Amino acid sequence: MGETYSYYPGCTSHSTAIEYIEASKAVMDSLGIELKELDDWCCCGAASAHNLSSSLALGLSSFNVGEAHKAGADLVIPCAGCYGNLAQANYVMRNDEEERQRLEKQLDFTYNANVKMLSLVDLLAREELRPAIKELVKKPLKGLKVVCYYGCAIVRPAAITGVDDTENPLRIDTMMADLGAEVIDWSCKVDCCGGDLGLTDAEKTSELVNKIIDYAVAAEADCLVTSCALCEANIDIRQQRLPILYFTEMMAEAFQVGDRSRWWKKHFNDPSKLF
Amino acid sequence: MEKKLGVFICWCGSNIAGSVDVDLAVAEAEKLDGVVHAENYMYMCSDPGQQKVKDIISEKGLEGVVVACCSPRMHENTFRKAASSVGLNSYLLEIANIREQCSWVHQNNKPLATAKAVSIIEGTLDKVKENLPLETITIDLTKRVCVVGGGIAGIMSALDLANAGYDVAIVEREPAIGGHMAQISQTFPYFHNIPELLQKKIDEVSAHPHIKLYVNSEVDVLDGYVGNFNVTIKTQPAFVDPAKCTACGKCLEVCPVSVADEFNRGLSQRAAIFCYNKTEGAKIPVLGQNDCLHFVNSETDDNDKCKACVDVCPENAIDLGAIRNLNEEFVGAIVMATGYDLYSPEQMPEYGAGNIPDVIDALAFERLLDPSGPTQGQILRPSDGQVPKKVVFIQCVGSRDPERHKAYCSRACCMYTAKQARLYRQQVEDGTAYVSYMDIRSDSRDFEEFVQAGMEEENLVYIRGRVAKVIQEDGFLRVFTSDTLSSRQIVIEADLVVLAMAMEPKAGIRELSKKMNVTIDGDAFLSETHIKLYPVESSTKGVYLAGCGQSPKDITDTVSQALATAGKIQTMFSNETLIADPLIAEVLDDVCSGCGICIDICPYGARIMNDFTRISDVNQAVCQGCGACMAACPNKACELINSTSRQFIRMIGDFAGKAGAV
Amino acid sequence: MAENLLQKVVAESKQPINHCYQCRKCSVGCPMIDEFDFPPNMVMRMVQLGMKDELLKSKAIWMCISCETCGTRCPNEIRIAPIMDSLRAQCIDEGVVPADPVTVALHTAFIESIKTFGRVHEATMLMSYKWKSKNFTSDLDVGLKLFLRGKIPLLPKKSKNMAKIKEIFKESGK
Repeated sequence: MGETYSYYPGCTSHSTAIEYIEASKAVMDSLGIELKELDDWCCCGAASAHNLSSSLALGLSSFNVGEAHKAGADLVIPCAGCYGNLAQANYVMRNDEEERQRLEKQLDFTYNANVKMLSLVDLLAREELRPAIKELVKKPLKGLKVVCYYGCAIVRPAAITGVDDTENPLRIDTMMADLGAEVIDWSCKVDCCGGDLGLTDAEKTSELVNKIIDYAVAAEADCLVTSCALCEANIDIRQQRLPILYFTEMMAEAFQVGDRSRWWKKHFNDPSKLF
Repeated sequence: MEKKLGVFICWCGSNIAGSVDVDLAVAEAEKLDGVVHAENYMYMCSDPGQQKVKDIISEKGLEGVVVACCSPRMHENTFRKAASSVGLNSYLLEIANIREQCSWVHQNNKPLATAKAVSIIEGTLDKVKENLPLETITIDLTKRVCVVGGGIAGIMSALDLANAGYDVAIVEREPAIGGHMAQISQTFPYFHNIPELLQKKIDEVSAHPHIKLYVNSEVDVLDGYVGNFNVTIKTQPAFVDPAKCTACGKCLEVCPVSVADEFNRGLSQRAAIFCYNKTEGAKIPVLGQNDCLHFVNSETDDNDKCKACVDVCPENAIDLGAIRNLNEEFVGAIVMATGYDLYSPEQMPEYGAGNIPDVIDALAFERLLDPSGPTQGQILRPSDGQVPKKVVFIQCVGSRDPERHKAYCSRACCMYTAKQARLYRQQVEDGTAYVSYMDIRSDSRDFEEFVQAGMEEENLVYIRGRVAKVIQEDGFLRVFTSDTLSSRQIVIEADLVVLAMAMEPKAGIRELSKKMNVTIDGDAFLSETHIKLYPVESSTKGVYLAGCGQSPKDITDTVSQALATAGKIQTMFSNETLIADPLIAEVLDDVCSGCGICIDICPYGARIMNDFTRISDVNQAVCQGCGACMAACPNKACELINSTSRQFIRMIGDFAGKAGAV
Repeated sequence: MAENLLQKVVAESKQPINHCYQCRKCSVGCPMIDEFDFPPNMVMRMVQLGMKDELLKSKAIWMCISCETCGTRCPNEIRIAPIMDSLRAQCIDEGVVPADPVTVALHTAFIESIKTFGRVHEATMLMSYKWKSKNFTSDLDVGLKLFLRGKIPLLPKKSKNMAKIKEIFKESGK
């Protein structure tokens, strides 16, 4: 395919989401998509910056958006939280002339309306990639019942994410079906898992996670598939009922690429028995 | 000679045939006296079913027919039309209701249901045997209209009728037409200028060759009935001759009296001789007899009585000896456009109205908004003429308060309050407007948007909760309320409080409704015949309702209703005469003793004592055939045509006999 | 007073708070509603009415986890998350004791890590958080579990342009 994108790793790419990044890179190799890491980047501020100061949050995210504009290509952001923050900053620049000029000056870049912020779902679950993905499937995920979980940041708010249906997004569902899995419709696709609370209120977070897992189990799912690193870690670590997988891990399994057995060991609920 | 009778029994699919043995019923009916034909059919009301009825009537020369089917409310008319199309007088066909009154209520007992159906058929046959062939009654029609009330409802109704070519008399109690609309500055939801809109319509009325205006007038007596009303109109004396008066205004200056001006809701003073309002029609001054010293000091010697206005008038236009007039108008229809008053703020002592000058009602606030009003359109508080910086508008004052005041919603207040608060914010840019509300009812086109725009663009502060009290303290009006959305008690230190008082029917409506023979509801609003299908018809034929006299409403709805009355009356006037149902009361002349009980009992005023014969006559045009007189008459001198006592006693005998046998 | 709070929050959040007509759709869908002392719809009302003291002391502003469910469903397109951001910032800036100091400790530790490294280094951040919150027991096992799965690296990596990042911090007053 020969597509090249800028790449924003985010802090979790070397830590909690290591298997996500490796799986994503493996399937992108298969699809001929090349990523070039930004020359420099900083933390997007996660939830902490905007909780304490909106201007700090905007500043940190804009630093990275600015680097992307310098590089000139669309920016791929695997972590949903980072994606939400950077897309928000890009949205402010697109709609607020005054803020944009201030940020351009401070961060020394020229805004380019063509540079887009892309989540991994934006990048890989595109309509035009579907034939290529279907062709790459070596081992269809036959008989595997999956529920797809989108969480918050790649979905809301719609004005920023551009998602067509904030209550029932379908892009990961469609892809899982293309991989041969049996996709189950369920009710918690876009419910919050409380990931941001993980370190401060374990009890409440477990309550939110368990509600999601209750619904997934009731839907008779074998596993839950997501695209958010924080959700994956949060949901995986707080329950022992269901394996949680990244959607790119599912792709890699269907494509039979990458060091999958090593990734499975990174999960708290072992997914190896599914395959 | 006995009539040849036919019986047609409908299955109504399984509705009747499911619980009534229709074949057995036919067999039983065939045995009954006078029956020359009986049959059943799946759907008698269908075209082939009706054709069967018509064919048999012609073929066998039937002189009476019973169709045993559903309620007469469904298909009596259908079958009567079918019968009359083949020459059988439609009043010789009756419906025996064996569905609602038999099959549906006896679904688990077929033998009993069948027996009951047969006895209903037998009773109905006995009634038909004594039914007379009847023709509809024709009534004369006077194509002129009297409109009671010259507010926007009366004006719009009168103009439509007059433009259709009919003569209209408008009877207005006040010295000028325009009603409450003349007190209001702008409309919602589009801020249209009311004086401009209204003056155009008033001018049309004044110049219209088909409209006669009676101002300072009231209906004194109403006689007659639909198509033939005789309205006696009482007009207060015209002390100022409009033919001579040049509207120079000198009399207004010399008059020694100063009283609160009602039109300005007491925000200004006027003399005893005054111009009622600023509309063009009110340029000629009027003299208020209740205020004028000449009349108030009636015991003073004639020569010492005040005549300041008479003396100063250069045209000798003022005659304090003028007397009131009585006029008669003969009309075919009447429009009751009697309007509303605001419930008196003095009824709400907890809000200080009447004691605190800066607590005013919504119409007073409208006067403050009027460029030709007492403050030339500047919003200034009455106590000291300062611009109020904080205004609290209180909705539902007296409305939705079933135990203490009015149970109903006054319907227009949510919207006019939003309008008033928005106009205030547009005029006083650094002012704050609070609106105390229970719910916001904004259910018409662009209404919701209008209220929301008030919150979004004019930053109106809506506070959900009912104000407990308003007191004057430390130079403020302290408004004690709560915000039920945040469960907080709130005290607002306001400069002006505006009360959206409940709307109530115009004073004197109880007496007038009796005169006009129009029923009223518990709140004294005029009642319509049917809220859905006959919304502008009153309980008396030929008397129609428009505007707030019927229920509180805004200008839009008032005008819609006014135009509906005009349409209804034009439909009535499209015929040369009126047609009435002949199923009415009649009097057996030799039995009536002239006791008059029927006259008091008749709800329609259809019974009249004939002064010459001393017998109580029936006014055929007015009688609705309700049977009240028949039940009340001690001598059995009243009968309902085709529903006579004899017929009913026979029917009861039929039902009782059969029921006893089973 | 009332106007001041409302105007400040509207300016910072860029949200049309006056459009709120109290339908309560936000509160009904909120995953954290059980933890709030004032539900989101009431927070809107309190901002309108200028109830600043109660808001800045409230638990509600710290319990909102910015999931944006409310803002997405709001019939008047009011995003509540940025409104909460503005209230939280005012709470910290005005020295009000936050109703949930543990959350504040985490966020403070987090942005301090960014201030030092340009990025977040979980090990040092977690230590700092535990120290600040004096909360040594709760959920320590989560960090341990992640560490044992090889998910928390030992050596921090830094951004290149730390000077610019420090400038961003300075400008925001943090």
